[in-house]
Amino acid sequence: MSIEHLTIAVLLTFLVATAIGIIVLRDLLAAVILTGLYSLVAAGAFIVMDAVDVAFTEAAVGSGISTILFLGALSFTQHEQKPRGRDSWLALLFVVITGGLLIFGTLDMPRYGSATSPAQTHPELAKRFIEQSADEVGPPNVVTSVLASYRGYDTLGETVVVFTAGIAVMGLLGLKRRRPEDETPEHAPGDLPHEPGHDTDRLT
Amino acid sequence: MFVAAALALLATMILTIARALLGPTLYDRLLAVNSFGTKIVLFIAVFGFLTGRPEFLDIALVYSLINFIGTVAVLKFYEYDDLGSGAYQEDDF
Repeated sequence: MSIEHLTIAVLLTFLVATAIGIIVLRDLLAAVILTGLYSLVAAGAFIVMDAVDVAFTEAAVGSGISTILFLGALSFTQHEQKPRGRDSWLALLFVVITGGLLIFGTLDMPRYGSATSPAQTHPELAKRFIEQSADEVGPPNVVTSVLASYRGYDTLGETVVVFTAGIAVMGLLGLKRRRPEDETPEHAPGDLPHEPGHDTDRLT
Repeated sequence: MFVAAALALLATMILTIARALLGPTLYDRLLAVNSFGTKIVLFIAVFGFLTGRPEFLDIALVYSLINFIGTVAVLKFYEYDDLGSGAYQEDDF
């Protein structure tokens, strides 16, 4: 077993442990911190697997932006998850079934690092991308050429999806500009009043 | 040499992950996550040299920046209960 496989195995174990920690924790702020940790670990695993661009995105979006977004959402709520009566076994069943189906769907894919995957064994594809893309498209990075030109419509579709999602979120949040001397309410509507001693409780 | 360094980094990662999961206080978790980010940065650097591609150092630099931003955001939120727009500045200092 090479050091690379060992590293991937260890990092994936970290991922599982962190995910269980996020589920178990009742303190939402701690859970948000752990989601940042989760993204860091995932990004590390992507780097070891040579998917540098994915790792970059995971680190910037998962560990940076979404942590901050979660914190922004937390400032409108409480820091503790409400205790639930009992966890539904039916929900767990459905989650397990969905997860099992997703894993089943990956069984058809070529194994990690496989030299006989369709992308590697196609007679002309890789050769053409490597040899011609500099002339045909321009950028020295082949991945950039594939993303922006050879599969440009796919990328355009992805961009449209992200753009639509952004518009939807802005529509939900409202586009009202906040005036500078506008008195920001102490608490958001529906928020519980601030209990004294709340902060000192969290320190212990 | 690099293999030994990588293994040592993985071992320290296990320790920091354990601290992040066990807590018990929020500061423990935050400090553990922050130092785990440092370990990831170091690991990317070591792994780059291990596989003969030290170009990955750039990514390590960006990771350290992101790690810093995340930690600062969490700490700010912890202090002010808000990522807010400056409304707290007069009464809190």
